[in-house]
Order: sequence, then structure tokens, then C-alpha cells
Amino acid sequence: MSTKAVKKSIAPVNPLRRDDNERLLTGWGRTAPSMAHVVRPESVDEVRDLVAKAGERGILARGLGRSYGDAAQAGGGTVLDMSAFDSIDLDTVHGTVTAGSGISLDALLKTLVPAGYFVPVTPGTRMITVGGAIAADVHGKNHHVEGSFGSHVHALDLVTGHGRVEDLAPTRKADHFWATVGGMGLTGVVTKATFDLIPITSSLISVDTVRCPDLDSVMSSMVEHDDNYRYSVAWIDSVSPSGRGVITRGDHAPSSQLDPKQAESPLAYDPKIVATAPPFVPSGLLNKFTVRAFNEAWFRKAPKSRQGELQPIGEFFHPLDGVQEWNRVYGPGGFIQYQFVVPDSAGYLIDYALKRLREVGAPSFLTVLKRFGAANPAPLSFPQPGWTLAADVPARVEGLGGVLDELDGLVAASGGRLYFAKDSRQSPEMVAQTYPRLAEWQGVRDQMDPRGIFTSDLARRLSL
Amino acid sequence: MMDALGEPQSVLVLGGSSEIALETVKALPRNRLRRVLLAGRPNAARHAAVESLTALGIAGVEAVDFDAKDTSSHGAVIDGVFDASDVDLVILAFGVLGDQDAAEADPSLAVEVATTNYTGAVSVGLHVARRLRKQGHGALVVLSSVAADRARRANYVYGSTKAGLDAFAQGLGDALHGSGASVLVVRPGFVRTRMTAGMPEAPMTTNPQDVAEIIVKALRKGKETVYAPGPLMYVMGVMKNLPRPVFRKISEKQG
Repeated sequence: MSTKAVKKSIAPVNPLRRDDNERLLTGWGRTAPSMAHVVRPESVDEVRDLVAKAGERGILARGLGRSYGDAAQAGGGTVLDMSAFDSIDLDTVHGTVTAGSGISLDALLKTLVPAGYFVPVTPGTRMITVGGAIAADVHGKNHHVEGSFGSHVHALDLVTGHGRVEDLAPTRKADHFWATVGGMGLTGVVTKATFDLIPITSSLISVDTVRCPDLDSVMSSMVEHDDNYRYSVAWIDSVSPSGRGVITRGDHAPSSQLDPKQAESPLAYDPKIVATAPPFVPSGLLNKFTVRAFNEAWFRKAPKSRQGELQPIGEFFHPLDGVQEWNRVYGPGGFIQYQFVVPDSAGYLIDYALKRLREVGAPSFLTVLKRFGAANPAPLSFPQPGWTLAADVPARVEGLGGVLDELDGLVAASGGRLYFAKDSRQSPEMVAQTYPRLAEWQGVRDQMDPRGIFTSDLARRLSL
Repeated sequence: MMDALGEPQSVLVLGGSSEIALETVKALPRNRLRRVLLAGRPNAARHAAVESLTALGIAGVEAVDFDAKDTSSHGAVIDGVFDASDVDLVILAFGVLGDQDAAEADPSLAVEVATTNYTGAVSVGLHVARRLRKQGHGALVVLSSVAADRARRANYVYGSTKAGLDAFAQGLGDALHGSGASVLVVRPGFVRTRMTAGMPEAPMTTNPQDVAEIIVKALRKGKETVYAPGPLMYVMGVMKNLPRPVFRKISEKQG
């Protein structure tokens, strides 16, 4: 060691200077950014090493940053970019796949679909990772029949706060397994997972579409007919006081339903990006008029009723993935997605919530209504039987906070709750009230992470 | 954590009995507010400030011992506050006007003003910046003054300290730019407070509540500099560029 080097190590480190690996992170809603040290581990040992070295500001795995709020950021901490964990190991004997936690459903589908398989659950975007799907216990259009993502996981590898790798399954250390499913990354770092696949014989979805003139008819149709379909979701016109909507339902089309041209390559899969949102969008672009026009057009483009239309996977499951970085259309102020679930007995809250959002002048592009089936054993998993509504609203709408707090109160009183993966503004009290198993989950989490190093801005904000 | 709607959970006020700072706390969205620390010397004004915020139903209002002039203590005070939990918003609001006449007669009085308004602010401002950087988020509001834009005969000791503070705060904001932490420089004109009681009011005089509202709006929009009232920006734009003899005439008239 030269004297120069020694001197250098004695000189005080400038606490304001930026490290090369520091990145400003936000969720998909582009609100409340925070700075973290982003590191890309390439092996399980590297993850263990980073966990062992984690400082007081904590450590967190991040996937593709599609949670809307602050779930995948940890101010001042270490954030793990898991993209190196991208292995795919397809087991055609059991119809399962073992995948790295950092691989996206997008990449996975490109391998699985041509091989005759589909992921057990996909949310409205395929730009999420396997690790994120487990952490948020994501749901899709098949929840009413097949439950959420975690219900299909057979096994997963988790680096815990002890720096050990735990091999978890619903039958092995079940409490650790279910604390990790829906645990928002706060029990450790998932490195790989094995889960069930849906065998398919074509890459097309056979879709039935129904246009309903008001919210009542949307909801009664869903109650009556959803059980006949594997996939079902309703889009609601958030601008129209009628609450009119379009229900799309379907299932994977058998290859026998394909026309001769389609039957030549029944498992062809080539989702297209059709557009990219411009990098800068003025804050006034999204207003009452443009949103009204969009909702009108969306309603009109749907047929009154149509059976057995064949749609590609992307069009049916992931319509917004066709527009890259669509979150920018909300402008520099960002946006929030308000998603709650309420039991059937409180179905009237759907209408009330839409009404209150209209009154506060919160224009929502995409408002989605869905029925949930049974919950799984995960203490922090969001889905439970009933109705779930999701609405995008710009964050800078005046008076929005008060209206959402009011709706929170009604949701909580009815036995419902909000989705962590979408949340960016609920209160810690709301969480404590609506996730009654929070303390139980915290007990398990504390065993798995005794030093309390796994954290996120969401965890700090909500005192998880 | 500040949430997506700009609702803070925790606030630290340096100069805990500052009327503008207290009005700012009152004007903040408070649905998520759970910790408000009023830092200042233990005295009746600080006690009254804690009482007044608590009486409004604001949760977790507490006093913290802090002396702007005792710069050697600043590191420990700030570390104590941030070690307990993250701070979303820091309002640097302490400052004294001083007596210009007395200061010209006794320079040690000018040094007092400079030590509090400038030296103390630089010291604690850097400690706050260090901790905001470390937590990766948070905003620092620095109460400057239009006096920072151009020093007047009547209060140039005060004006010079604010000019120094203003330049410091701008530089600090640049140092923190893009780090998740930010600095908002606030330049109020004449505000009706204890500090200005009995003085003749200048044009565009405001109340602390008005300044508070402007601060809260500016925070929401992520602004870096704001005048209170807003149009003072244009007035000061002219004032800054007036030739010395003309400015002397104008400021003499104002006293």
C-alpha cells in the first residue's frame, strides 16, 4: 500500500457524492421516487453475500418495476436487479416449469406457448417477473376458477435474512412458504420457483364478448355466467354514470376450432409492440374530454354480443403491453391505481366508488371489474371472494386523497381491502384493519429475517 | 415516507416556533402525518408551538432541543432525529432580523445574526442533506427572503445573511438534484410575524398562512424556488437590476 492510498482512505467520504450504482426508482405509477444502490447479482452465492452485507437501510429484490406504488423500491438501501436469474427448465412429464425469479412472463411465454403450455396465471401485463408474481401473489382473469399465482407454485428457493437458502413448498416449511407468497419481497429473495402450467393446443383464445348498458347488467351477467368460463373480466366506462361495460370471457381455443390457415401453426406466438408512448407528455393531455372520448370509443368498438372470436394471447390478456411505457400518458405528476376487493354483500360499493371518482373529476382510462374466487392460505395475499375494482387515476387530481380515504373506510368496514402491488397511498391503520393476519405474518417474517434487513418504501410507509 | 399523493408522514422543523413553519405544518396534508418534531431552544414559544399543533389533532408532535448557533451539536441532533425513523420533510426556518443600527454600533451583534442565519443554517443544512441522501428521499425547505435578492441600507446585515443562505441552499439543491432528496428555496417578502411586528408594511405584504400555502403547493409541484407572494418574482427581477443610485432612492423611501 502506498502512502497515497492510506491518505485517501483517511480523507472523509463526501456523503453527498453519488455512487455509480445509485438509481432513482419509482413504481409503474411514477410517483414518490427514492434512490437506492442497484446491484445485479449473477449467482445465489452473490445474493447470499449481498444479504449478509446489507446495511441498516436494507435490501430488496426488484423485478420489472410494474407494481404501481413503492413496493419495489427501498430508499437508501440495496435493490437487487434479478435479471440474471433467467433460467427456464420445462418439465413436460409433469407439466411444470422451474424458472429463475428474474425471468419475465413475456420471455417465459415465448418459450412455453410454442411448446404447448401457458402460465397458470397472468395479470394484465406480461412484463412482470416470476419473483414479482410470487411476491405480490398476482391474480388474473381466471382467479374465480383457479386462484392466484401462489396457488400454483410447488416449490421455491428463498435466500432468507440468515443468508441461507431455504427450499420452500406448501408442504415444506409451509409457514415460510405462505409468508413469502404475497409477502412483497419482505421475507427474502426468491431465486427460482417451480409451478404448474396450463397445457394448450393453440395459442389463440376463444372469446365471448357481451356489451352491457349499465353496471347492474354487467354485475348480474358476471354472477350468472362467469363460472362457465376459465377467464373473465369486465371493462367499465368510468365516465358514464350508467357504469356500462364490456365483459370479455374465454378459454384457450382447442386446435380443432382453428381454421386451416391457423391450424398450420397452431402454437405460433409473436406478440407485437405496436407503439411507444412519447418520452414527455404534457400534464394536461389526459383530461375529462380525452378520457370521455377514449371510453366512448372503447365501448363502441366492442360488439353487442359475439361468441367464439379467436384472439391472440396478447390481445386478450395484455392489451396495454402493445403500447410500451404507456404509464407516461399520465404526465409528470404520475398516477395511482386504486384497486380494492369487497365481499359480494358489499357489491354496491363498486357503483359508489365509480360515482365518487367521477365526482372528484378523476378521469380513469381503464377501469376493470372482476370476480374473485377463494383465497389461498397466504396471510398477506390480496384476493378473497367477492368483487375487485381497479381504476387508474392521475395523482395530481385535487381532492383525490380525501375521496380515496373515504372509500378506504367503506372498503374496510365491509371486510374488503386494497392490493399492495397497486397501493401507493393507503394508511398503516388501514392495513392493520384489513389484513387481520398481519401480526401472524410479521411473526413468521421476523423468524426468517431476524435482523429486519428486507424492507421497501412500502414496508416503511405501511409499517409492515 | 411521502406517499403518491404527496402526503408526508414525518416533518422536522428547525426553528420550531417559526410562525411561517408552523403555518406550513398546519397547511400540509395531514391524513398520514404521524411525527412532527419542533426543534429549537427550550422556551415558552416552543412549548406553545407544540401545544398549538397538538390542539389541532396533529399526532406525534414533540419538541427537540436545538440551538442554531451551537454548530458542534448539530450532527448529533440531526442523527438522533433520523436514526429514530425517516424524515420526509425538513423545514429550515430559524433566523433573526437583528437591529441594523445596533449592529453597526456593535459588530458583535452583526456576528450573532450572521452566526444564526448563515453559519448555523449551513451547518445544520449539510447535516440534514447527509441524512436525506442516506435515506434516499425527502425534501428540505429553506426559508430565505427577498432580502437575499438585493441588500437594502436598512437591513443589509440581515439581507447579507439571507443572500448567503440563499446561495448555499441553491447549491445544496444542485448537489442533491436527482438523488431523491430535494431543496426548495422560499423567498417571502414582508410577512406579518413577530419578527416584523411594529415595522411599516411593504407593498405585497402577506401573512404566514399565505406563505405556508405557497410552500405546500410548491412542494407538491416539485419546485426548487418560490417567491411569496408569487408575483414578487417579477418585482425582484426588476429590483435586482436597478442601478445602485436608483435602488438607494427607492429603499430610502421604504425606510
